[in-house]
Amino acid sequence: MAEELVLEMRGIRKEFPGVVANDDVSFDVRKGEVHALLGENGAGKSTLMTILYGLYKADAGEILLRGKPVVFGSARDAIGAGIGMVHQHFMLIPVMTVAENIVLGMEPSRDAIFLDEKAAESRVRELSEQFGLSVEPSALVSSITVGQEQRVEILKALFRGADILILDEPTAVLTPQEAGELFGIVRSLKADGKSIIFISHKLNEVLEIADRITVLRRGRKIETVPREGATEASLARAMVGREVLLRVEKPPAHAGDVLLSVKDLHVVDERGIPKVRGLSLDVRAGEIVGVAGVDGNGQTELIEAITGLRRIESGTIEVAGKVYGARNPREMLDAGVGHIPEDRQRRGLVLEFTIGENVALHDYSKEPDSKWGWLYPKRMLERAGRLIKEFDVRGGGPETRAGTLSGGNQQKVVVAREVDRDPKVLIAAQPTRGLDVGAIEFLHRRLVGERDEGRAILLISLELDEIFSLSDRILVMYEGEIVGEHTGEVSEQEIGLEMVGAGKKDTEETAA
Amino acid sequence: MSEVASTPEPPEQPQGDATTLASSVAAKQRAGGVIVPVLTAVIAFLIGGLVVLATGHNPLAAYHDIFNGAGLNWIFHPTTDVANTAAYNLSQTLLQTTSLILCGLAVAFAFRCGMFNIGGQGQYFIGLYVANWLGWSFAGMSPLPHVLIAVVCATAAGAAWAGIAGVLKATTGAHEVITTIMLNWIAIWVGEWLFGDGGPLQNSANKTVPISNDIAAGARLPVFWGQQQLQGLHVGFFVAIAALVVFYLILNRTTLGYEVRAVGFNPDAAAYGGISVRKNLIRAMAISGAFAGLAGALDMLGYLYHFGQSDIPVSQVGFLGIAVALLGRNTAVGVGIASLLFGALLFGTTHGLSAGSSSIDPSLAGNLTYIIQGLVVLFVGADVLVLSVWNARKKVRRRGGGSTAARAEAPA
Repeated sequence: MAEELVLEMRGIRKEFPGVVANDDVSFDVRKGEVHALLGENGAGKSTLMTILYGLYKADAGEILLRGKPVVFGSARDAIGAGIGMVHQHFMLIPVMTVAENIVLGMEPSRDAIFLDEKAAESRVRELSEQFGLSVEPSALVSSITVGQEQRVEILKALFRGADILILDEPTAVLTPQEAGELFGIVRSLKADGKSIIFISHKLNEVLEIADRITVLRRGRKIETVPREGATEASLARAMVGREVLLRVEKPPAHAGDVLLSVKDLHVVDERGIPKVRGLSLDVRAGEIVGVAGVDGNGQTELIEAITGLRRIESGTIEVAGKVYGARNPREMLDAGVGHIPEDRQRRGLVLEFTIGENVALHDYSKEPDSKWGWLYPKRMLERAGRLIKEFDVRGGGPETRAGTLSGGNQQKVVVAREVDRDPKVLIAAQPTRGLDVGAIEFLHRRLVGERDEGRAILLISLELDEIFSLSDRILVMYEGEIVGEHTGEVSEQEIGLEMVGAGKKDTEETAA
Repeated sequence: MSEVASTPEPPEQPQGDATTLASSVAAKQRAGGVIVPVLTAVIAFLIGGLVVLATGHNPLAAYHDIFNGAGLNWIFHPTTDVANTAAYNLSQTLLQTTSLILCGLAVAFAFRCGMFNIGGQGQYFIGLYVANWLGWSFAGMSPLPHVLIAVVCATAAGAAWAGIAGVLKATTGAHEVITTIMLNWIAIWVGEWLFGDGGPLQNSANKTVPISNDIAAGARLPVFWGQQQLQGLHVGFFVAIAALVVFYLILNRTTLGYEVRAVGFNPDAAAYGGISVRKNLIRAMAISGAFAGLAGALDMLGYLYHFGQSDIPVSQVGFLGIAVALLGRNTAVGVGIASLLFGALLFGTTHGLSAGSSSIDPSLAGNLTYIIQGLVVLFVGADVLVLSVWNARKKVRRRGGGSTAARAEAPA
C-alpha cells in the first residue's frame, strides 16, 4: 500500500470546562486506508472528529491536509477541503427524494431557477453505481430503510467531493446483514482511493474492517496499531486500561416456574397502527430470554404494554400465575415487574432529582420513604448510599443530581433501583446502550447474577452481541410477532435473516 | 451543559439534556445562581432611573422618595406606632406583600409541575367574589366560623377555577397558558355582571352604584398593626407567611410534592415511576388556584370589604404574581423576598411619588409607577431569555465562532 499521508492531526488538545476532551492527540490517515478510531464513550473520539470537521476549534495542535496546514472555521471549510462526515443520526429530509437530499445545497438547475430533477437523479445514479451503493434516486427518503438512509448520507458526502470520509458509529443502527453490506461499500470506497475514518467502540467490527486502529482513552491516544496482530483482548485492554472479561461467565440456567406469560398480545402505537400482533411468550424464573429484532418492530410497544405504560388492545399478561390488566405502571410495579427502560434519560431518571430521589421513584409513597404522605428524605438518602456502594456508582453521593453522572453510572442507578425492589420479572430494554466496555461488563454480570437469584429476565436489545452473550433462550421479533425461537447453537446470520422477515419464509418453504 | 462533570466526559454527549420547562429553567438557574435575579432587578431600576433622568429630574431623589414612601426607612427608626409615617407606610407595603406572596405562590406551584399559570388574576377574582358574597351573606354569624367559612370556600373556589385549566390540559391537552388567560377574562366579565346593575352581588341598599355590599363586621380579619378604618395590616399577613412554609413543606417533604416535582421535571420518568401525570396536572393547578383564591379572600376580608366594577380593571396583583414567581425562582424564600420588593414598589411609587413630592414631575408620578413596574416585569420575564442567550453565546464561542449546527454543511 502506498504510504501517502492524506491527513495528519498533530498534538490536538481540546478542553471543555472541567474536562480535557483531547490531550495531545496525534492521528493520521493514509490514502486508501480504513483507519479505525476506537474508544469508550467519552474517550474523545467524537471531539477529535468534530475538530477535524470544523465544528470545534482545537485549543492547540495543527491539522495538515496532504502536507499543508489547514484551519477549518466551519464544516463548510472542511467539506470544501474534501472531508465528509456521516453522523450517527442521519440528517435527511424525509419528504424529499433520495436525489433531492443528496444534491441539497448544490442543486443542478434549469434556467438558473428550477431544480433539474433529471440531472440530479442521473448524477446520483452515476455515483451510486460507481461505488456499488445501490439506492433508488427517485425514492422518497421516508420510504427507504435505515441502511439505505446511511448510503444516502455517504453519497451526499461523496457528491460533495469527499476524499476522506468520517463514519461515526456507522453500524449502531444496522442489522448484521446491513452491516455486512456497509463493509462491502467501505472496501469499494477504499479500492477507489478514498480514506475512511471509522469511529466505533465495537472490537469485532474494527478488527474486520480497519487497516490500522487508534485507541483513545480519556482524551489521550493510547496506541496506533496495524490490524495484523491486534486481538479483541489487546484492544479492550487498551480501551479500558485493564483486563476485561469480554464474554460473560455464565453458568447454565436452572429455569423454574413461568413468571411472565404473555398470550396473544395486541398493541397499537399512537397513530393506531398495530405494532404488536398476536405475540405470545413465556419467561421462567432463573432464565434470561433475549428478544432480538430490528428497531421498530414492536419491541418498544411490547415493553410498554408489559409495564403498563401503554394500553393493550387484547391478550393477557400474567405475572407469577396471576393475570393483570396492565392498565397503569403502578399496577405492574406492584405486581413485581421491574423495568430498565431503553432510554434512561427520557424515562429511567429524573435528571434534576438527586440519586436519592431517583432511587425512590417507584416507592416514594410507601414506607420507609414516606408515611401518611409525609416524606422522609433521610431514609431515601440512606438507601441510595447503600446502593451506590453495592453498585459501585461513581461520580457522586446520594445528594448528587443524577444529571451530572456519566451514562454508565446513571444506568447503574436505574438498575440498582429496579433490582432493589426485588422484582419477580425484570424487563431489561437495551440495558447497555451507549455504555462503555467497563460498565457493560459490570451490568452484564449483574444481570446474570439477578437471573441466578431466580428472577425471570426479558432482555430486549438491538445489539446481537448482547443477546448472544446473555440469553439462555433467544426470540426473534419481526413486525410485532415472534418469528423464531432458539435455545441451542444458532448463528448470527440465521438470526439476522429472521430479523428481516426472511427466516419466516425460509422455514415455511422448507416445511412445504 | 456548562456544569463540570466529575467524570471525564466531553460535552458532545450530554447526559443531562433539559427537556421540560421546569428542568430547562432549573438548568439555567444553576448556571446563573442568585446573581441573575438580583442583577435583573438592579438593571430594571437603573433603566427606570434613566426615564426619570430624561424628564429632567434626579433619579436618586425619586428612588429615595419611593424607598421612604414604601416605609422601608422604618428600619432606621423602628416603632410600632402607626402615627409614625414610616411605620404606616411599611404596614401598607406589607399589606400589598400579603396578596403578592399568595399570588406568587399560585404561579410558582404550577410552575414546579411544569405549567405556566397565567390565570392567577382570575383565580384571585373568583376567591374575592366568593369571600365578598359569604362575607355579607351571613351577617349574624359568630366571627370565627364566619371568617373560616368565607376563607375556605373562597380558597376552594379559586382551586376549582384553576382546576378547570388543569382538567382541560389533562384530558384534551389544551395548553394551560391559553386556557388560564381565557379563564381570566371569564372571571373579569363574571365580576362585571355580579357587581353591575341588578347583579346578584350588587349593593342591596343602593341600587344605583355598581358596587357590592360591605362585608359584615364579624367577617373582617383582625388588624394587628394600625387601625381597621385606616386600612391597617391584618392577620392575613401571617397566613401568607405560613403559606410560604406550607409551600416549601408540600414540595419538599410530602409525596404530593415529590410527584409534582417529578412530573414537572420529566413527565415520562414520572409515569414510568408509577405517578399519574394527569392527576398531578389537575391537582397542581388546583393547588395553585387555591393560593390565588386565598389571596382574594384575605384581601376582601382584610381591608377591601367591598368591591365594584371599577375596581376590576385596576386590580393587577394576580399578574404581578407572575413576576414575583419568576424573580423569586419559584422557591418559597425567593417568592417571599420578591413579594416584599414588589409590595414596596407598588405602594412606594403610588405613595412616595404622589403629588407634592418634588422629586419628579407630578404628572409623571402615576405613570412612572407603571414604567418601573413594567420594566421589572419585563426584565424578570427576560432573564430566562437572557440566560439562554448567554448560554448560546458560550456555546458559539466554544465552537470557535464557527458554524453553530452540524447540519450546516452545504457549501455555497
